[in-house]
Amino acid sequence: MRPQTLDIEVPSNARAITRNVELAEAEEHAEAGQTTPLGFWIYLMSDCILFSALFATYAVLRNAVAGGPTGAQLFHLPYVLIETLCLLVSSITYGMVMLALKVQKRRAVLGWLMITAVLGACFITMEVREFAHMIGEGAGPDRSAFLSSFFTLVGTHGLHVTAGLIWMLVMMIQVARTGLTSTNASRLLCLSLFWHFLDIVWIGVFSVVYLMRVIV
Amino acid sequence: MFGKLSLDAIPYQQPIIMGAAAFMGLVAVSVIAALTYFRKWKWLWTEWLTSVDHKKIGVMYIILALVMLLRGFSDAIMMRTQLAIASAGSAGYLPPEHYDQIFTAHGVIMIFFMAMPFMIGLLNLVVPLQIGARDVAFPFLNSLSFWLTAAGFALINLSLVVGEFARTGWLAYPPLSELQYSPGVGVDYYIWSLQVSGVGTTLAGVNFIATILRNRAPGMTLMKMPIFTWTALCSNIMIVAAFPILTVALALLALDRYLGMHFFTNALGGNQMMYVNLIWAWGHPEVYILVLPAFGIFSEIISTFSGKRLFGYATMVYATMAIALGAFITWLHHFFTMGSGADVNAFFGITTMIIAIPTGVKVFNWLFTMYRGRVRFSTPTLWTLGFMVTFVIGGMTGVLMAVPPADFVLHNSLFLVAHFHNVLIGGVVFGYLAGLSYWFPKIFGFKLNEKLGKWAFWCWLIGFYIAFVPLYMLGLMGVTRRVNHFDNPVWHAYFVAAAIGAFVILCGILFEVAQLIVSIKQRESNRDLTGDPWGGRTLEWSVSSPPPFYNFAVIPEVQTRDAFWEMKKIGPPRASRYRPIHMPRNTATGVIIGAFSFALGFGLIWHIWWMALVGLLGIVISLITHSFNQHREYFVPAVDIARIERLRSPALIQQV
Repeated sequence: MRPQTLDIEVPSNARAITRNVELAEAEEHAEAGQTTPLGFWIYLMSDCILFSALFATYAVLRNAVAGGPTGAQLFHLPYVLIETLCLLVSSITYGMVMLALKVQKRRAVLGWLMITAVLGACFITMEVREFAHMIGEGAGPDRSAFLSSFFTLVGTHGLHVTAGLIWMLVMMIQVARTGLTSTNASRLLCLSLFWHFLDIVWIGVFSVVYLMRVIV
Repeated sequence: MFGKLSLDAIPYQQPIIMGAAAFMGLVAVSVIAALTYFRKWKWLWTEWLTSVDHKKIGVMYIILALVMLLRGFSDAIMMRTQLAIASAGSAGYLPPEHYDQIFTAHGVIMIFFMAMPFMIGLLNLVVPLQIGARDVAFPFLNSLSFWLTAAGFALINLSLVVGEFARTGWLAYPPLSELQYSPGVGVDYYIWSLQVSGVGTTLAGVNFIATILRNRAPGMTLMKMPIFTWTALCSNIMIVAAFPILTVALALLALDRYLGMHFFTNALGGNQMMYVNLIWAWGHPEVYILVLPAFGIFSEIISTFSGKRLFGYATMVYATMAIALGAFITWLHHFFTMGSGADVNAFFGITTMIIAIPTGVKVFNWLFTMYRGRVRFSTPTLWTLGFMVTFVIGGMTGVLMAVPPADFVLHNSLFLVAHFHNVLIGGVVFGYLAGLSYWFPKIFGFKLNEKLGKWAFWCWLIGFYIAFVPLYMLGLMGVTRRVNHFDNPVWHAYFVAAAIGAFVILCGILFEVAQLIVSIKQRESNRDLTGDPWGGRTLEWSVSSPPPFYNFAVIPEVQTRDAFWEMKKIGPPRASRYRPIHMPRNTATGVIIGAFSFALGFGLIWHIWWMALVGLLGIVISLITHSFNQHREYFVPAVDIARIERLRSPALIQQV
């Protein structure tokens, strides 16, 4: 529903109206710049509950190995540690993206985004290899309830990281095309929240799934 | 090429289904023909389907809900007639496998595709207007939420004609819903229609929290918000906290069914009770998600039609928050019989009873609001009074069942069925219908016919008691739910009474339909020219009916609760200059993503993997393409606003 152009009174002071538009625009942008991250935070909280439910499921089923392999037999801690380090370091490099954004250095933003994406891709590759190895050994998600919950929890995190990587590629294209506009800055901030959130979830996965299994 | 789908999936041999399908087809064809004949396709596309205006999205949600109310109700009437016929050796006309689909579809439709869209529709219509905002925080996301809901709606309706629906009950408990016992596509329809619409609901929840927290008019602190907005906020916080659990529960069931995993299977370590816990950890908050906005609606109505400010506003807010929090620690009362031990059952029994306290506070607040007020007995008031009586009875049977030993006797009986219909019809349905008749003039610019509205109310109220009091009695006699016929002749009279009640409710629904038709025909004589047909108290009544697309030409400054009431007392605010208004542009991305989600769901249900892949890629590519669109907003120049505002009725109370 748009206003139709009928007999419009010619504004007496066209310049004042233009100025009004600019002012309003600046205001709206400032406001949108705060609302989007808030909305994204709320979404992240819903994601947090999604992961909580998966963690709870894993906690219930972790001993239901049904005569199949246990975590202690399957997990190879040094490998997972390297995987973990990839993701943790990628969080630091994403921090560098935000610092570069603050001082408006477009090339630095792009460079750090690239490094973050490479680290994230390393993480995903290692995870896929781990999954493939386990399935090859006959310890796939259909072997036992424990393995179902393991693959689902870790795999859901992996899917999130993959989505984050696709988002990162899109952001690189957008920053390269339109520069560090307020829209792009707000999106980079949301992606930053997302990436750090996945890092925190992974710390939970690493502790609850891998460390507790090998120690206990 | 087409997975499990073949022509055999269409149940030709079932006359009831084919009749229903023919009817639906006829309606669809006549709508399409009418749109073509009147050349309205472009209008429909540009003004409605691609709209990001919260008012239009709200209307579309409510149309969806009313259509599904009719479908869900026809399921109800089929069940009641079946049980009235099937006695003393008669098998009735619904075989068990069809009856099982009907009670499953009835529950799923009424909760997910009637109550939820109705609620989100009302939120869309009212919340931005109540808080003095021009739209929700994320208008595109709002359109996307709607179209995801619509995709789920399309899937569940398709299940009637292509394939079958689940026969598992509305929550699809495993192991019955596992592949081993439900090898057909029914459960898959269930899973994917709910997943698609559930994502839409979660996004709507995010959107409304952000809207209420960020878009309020200057001066409207949290404790000055209209009470309906408060209940909307609590309800949406609960959506964001509860719906992800539903997503997980259904996803795990899907993994069991599609990838042979063992979350809830009988073999290899699966645990069925975990599903029941997960689904009720969502399901119990869900009933409060539905009923809190209804409480908000009743509060607005009772205060407006008593001509008084709401009694105990602050306690109402705290009671709402208490219910929202308490709702998350009562889920186990749905399965006391799981056998988790006396201590656990006692804990959940007590938390359940505690919920009755804030609810009781609310009932007293409504009563004291009416006390010494000048109560006008309009249709919305009648719904509110009917609710207060009915809901209190339903609440008390709920507290009764919160006692674990009593629950062991009443579990899965018709007493339980009567209880939750008592609170859902008496609370949620009455509330939303009250809200519809209350806010209808605001959105469409004319009032609904009072006489037919009152007839509808009385039919619903009386029909409800005739239909469900016998079920309470039958439940106490030990009759269980979800059974398609009984041989005990003693019970027959009760089932006949219940069926009569259902037909009285049918009259109520027919009066609602008649009310809509008559009111549209007589709209010229029922026009609301003032924007304030009821003597309202909150900001939505300060703008014209229907409001201009930007809602407020000048964002109002709020000083007190019941902001509009105060404005009417102290006179219109000082005229200020119009400034250009920033508005979101319409976009087709929501419709497109909805269509791809439908393809994804349909492909997954029928194992048509290429179609599922196309759907998934389509969703991702549409989102990315949308993110490159830089022309999502535009400015309405101040001169245009001045012109539109001048055209508004001079009878408007507030002249800015």
